Amino acid sequence: MSKILMCGNEVIGEAAVQAGCRHYFGYPITPQNELTAYMARRMEEVGGVFLQSESELAAINMVLGASACGARAMTSSSSPGISLKQEGISYIAGMELPAVVVNVMRGGPGLGNIAPSQSDYFQAVKGGGHGDYRLIVLAPSCSQELYDLTALAFDLADTYRNPVMILADGMLGQMMEPVTLKKINSKRVKKPWVLTGAKNRPARMLRSLFLEAGALEKHNEKLQEKYRRIKAKEVRCETYNISRAEVIVVAYGSSARLTKAAVKMAEERGIKAGYIKPITLWPFPEEVFINEKDKDKRYLVVEMNEGQMVEDVERCAGDRKRVSFYGHAGGWIPQVEDIFKRIKKLV
Amino acid sequence: MREEIIAAGFGGQGVMLIGKILAYAGMLEGKQVTYFPSYGAEVRGGTANSTTIISTAEIPTPISSHPDVLLAMNSPSCKKFGSRLKKGGLLIANTSLIEDVFKRSDLTIMKIPATSLAHDLGNKRSANMIMIGAYLKYKAIVSLKSVEKAFSIFLPGKKDFWDINKKALRLGMEYEGR
Repeated sequence: MSKILMCGNEVIGEAAVQAGCRHYFGYPITPQNELTAYMARRMEEVGGVFLQSESELAAINMVLGASACGARAMTSSSSPGISLKQEGISYIAGMELPAVVVNVMRGGPGLGNIAPSQSDYFQAVKGGGHGDYRLIVLAPSCSQELYDLTALAFDLADTYRNPVMILADGMLGQMMEPVTLKKINSKRVKKPWVLTGAKNRPARMLRSLFLEAGALEKHNEKLQEKYRRIKAKEVRCETYNISRAEVIVVAYGSSARLTKAAVKMAEERGIKAGYIKPITLWPFPEEVFINEKDKDKRYLVVEMNEGQMVEDVERCAGDRKRVSFYGHAGGWIPQVEDIFKRIKKLV
Repeated sequence: MREEIIAAGFGGQGVMLIGKILAYAGMLEGKQVTYFPSYGAEVRGGTANSTTIISTAEIPTPISSHPDVLLAMNSPSCKKFGSRLKKGGLLIANTSLIEDVFKRSDLTIMKIPATSLAHDLGNKRSANMIMIGAYLKYKAIVSLKSVEKAFSIFLPGKKDFWDINKKALRLGMEYEGR
């Protein structure tokens, strides 16, 4: 299949369309506006629903409603807008509804700036909204992964009745690079829970409110059981040369692109280096670290923030002294040479 | 092989299109490519720029700190990005809108009055294609054929423009500048 050149935001949109998404609700914010604009055009072409809502809060609740009726629904925003959606995301998780939420991250906190950043790892992976819930978080690092992982997100959401987040950033969203728009064979998941009108059948209910004694605890246990299943089955991660490496760089998304080049540079200079690129940030690829018995190995975590994923690496590596961090926040993209210098220092 | 190209000018001069067309042409020739627009609180008439990287190896970042080539369409862009050019880099300056071309002894500088040439051709908006033509004359980084193929992708349904843009490309290639 031939490659085409598209901007990352549009690639996400096309993947959603190909995966059967026919309901998109969004509110504009840089650097993801191309996605909203693309869906405005494409939803009309494929007979779907595009709605530019009055606010981010409205958009996420429209996703909730569409999903409750069985539709594959998506919303997208960037960091400050994703913060506004947190209430709805928590409700969707509590109600066990499938949904795809795209965060094309920019610099924070507050209004921050519009430059590429990975500032929302904590928010995406550790909660964001209230209550004990988990999002499945996918971290693409190139246009092809934007396409493939967006399609996967819809399948995972339906399979587990759980919201899935695509955690991209301004660099991935704005950049054009070649992509193959493969045919997507979406999983057909039966949805016996959807609200279609209760004529001639018992009524169904979707809710996140459980006031009866013990009911909420029971519901939470059920959610936790689901999260354990997801952890057991859905970890995705790319590794390179980790058995031989003295220094293993850990990075996701845009940082992973830079890291790969820095590891290559190190190898060319005779340094034994490798990398771990988590593709699912939740569930985090814990086993890769836990199974690593060689205590002399050093980890270097590279992020476009002040150090967020590094806490998960420390937790899994079991020894904080083995883990160091290199990062920039506020829109500065680390240079390959600078990552290389850090690798060299650790040998 | 790796070439980092910045096209810069004011909004409306088509510097984004320069970047996209070069990236697409590179892709057609089997290269790795990225295109990255400047995005921000851009306003009509303000500055705009795009970065294109064409390489035989994977491209870790689409951003260029020290480009090999600058296609400068106006004065502020020439100043801003000229100083960032790699040692021995190539500067192509649209002298219709740049009076004092940025000077650096290590650079190869090509001066071409792209806007006036485009005006004479009958479509002043094709100045960006004249700039591409001038660049291709200097460095055959992609072929003219691939660039022309990219028109159909980025100027869909505007066949009238294809011809004039093809003429503009050739005009750029034939111009005896410096």
